[in-house]
Amino acid sequence: MNNLSLIFVSAFLVNNIVLMKFLGLCPFFGVSTRFESALGMGMAVIFVMTMASWITWVLYHIILLPMELIFLRTAVFILVIASLVQLVEMFLKKSVPALYSALGIYLPLITTNCAILAVTFLNIDYEFSPIQATVFAIGTGIGFTMVLLIFASIRERLALYPIPRSLRGHAIAFIAASLVSLAFLGFIGLFGVAI
Amino acid sequence: MRGQIFTNGLIRENPVLILMLGLCPVLATSGTVRDALGMGLAASFVLISSNIVISMIRKVVPNEVRIPVFILVISTFVTVVDYVMHAYQPDLHKMLGVFVPLIVVNCIILCRAEAFASKNGIFNSILDGLGMGIGFTFAIFTMSVIRELLGNGTIFGQVILGQAFHKSPVLFMILPPGAFLLIGILKGLINYLQR
Repeated sequence: MNNLSLIFVSAFLVNNIVLMKFLGLCPFFGVSTRFESALGMGMAVIFVMTMASWITWVLYHIILLPMELIFLRTAVFILVIASLVQLVEMFLKKSVPALYSALGIYLPLITTNCAILAVTFLNIDYEFSPIQATVFAIGTGIGFTMVLLIFASIRERLALYPIPRSLRGHAIAFIAASLVSLAFLGFIGLFGVAI
Repeated sequence: MRGQIFTNGLIRENPVLILMLGLCPVLATSGTVRDALGMGLAASFVLISSNIVISMIRKVVPNEVRIPVFILVISTFVTVVDYVMHAYQPDLHKMLGVFVPLIVVNCIILCRAEAFASKNGIFNSILDGLGMGIGFTFAIFTMSVIRELLGNGTIFGQVILGQAFHKSPVLFMILPPGAFLLIGILKGLINYLQR
């Protein structure tokens, strides 16, 4: 797992964060009912995931590790993500209002997205360098966005079909996710990347 | 009245099967019964302990900063579980991997802190945490029994359905698509029974 392109392909397709690792399911089922909202959420996730990876990497290697405070990892990382989201929101509102109005309502939701926290932990567990961590975060974010978009398209069509009453809503969404996930199993072994 | 607080989380407001909260760990760690029970008990411990502490400090925490305070309390207990499990159940800790620290972003725990423990006394909060914890463990246990039985022909690693089935099981059920399909079917079944 040293080659950068391998890390990217692994994060993007083979170990897709939603369909293979079951992370970030809340926004996946919550926001994926419309194409535009899925795109907005995806962009916000890529942005915050990359920023969070940098900041937590620096904090972990410069402060927590030398001072032997590793046990504070969970508390520090979740606080970093929560305050980062708040900062990004304030910054965008002031300086890039166009982007803010596009991402606006999705930013607060990201704090509770477990995919972001998971990526920051995995960066540490896999012992990534800063460049590898960046590639991993971007790959994971793009993978999340792509699956969200695929799924939003499926659900927009599902709304048009006669589905048995008991299966409407979440139930049929899970079954559809199962089929998309089955398709993603086909990527196992791509360029020799294991699951 | 008190009995109802306890039974609420078991069936009528089951956090996973009815409210659809905390899905990530339920899908990810229900591949084997052992992992599922480990995750269920770990999350229940964090839920009950954080309910107790949050109920105790509910009158001294200012309303504006309550969410960061709740998250810090929760992450403290998650760190406790993480280290205890690493010391006494290293195999289980390795299997659950990043999902142990990720208990901190489990929606059920923050949801109960905000909706119940911050408004009720200690005893009621314990009952609520106990009920919700058992409801969560029950849901994840049910999923894992079906998945391990069909996907590997075993329960707790013991061969149940005969050697022939164990050698060529329905592998699909252990893989990620099986988890999505199973929760979809379960949700459909519950919808049907509720009507």
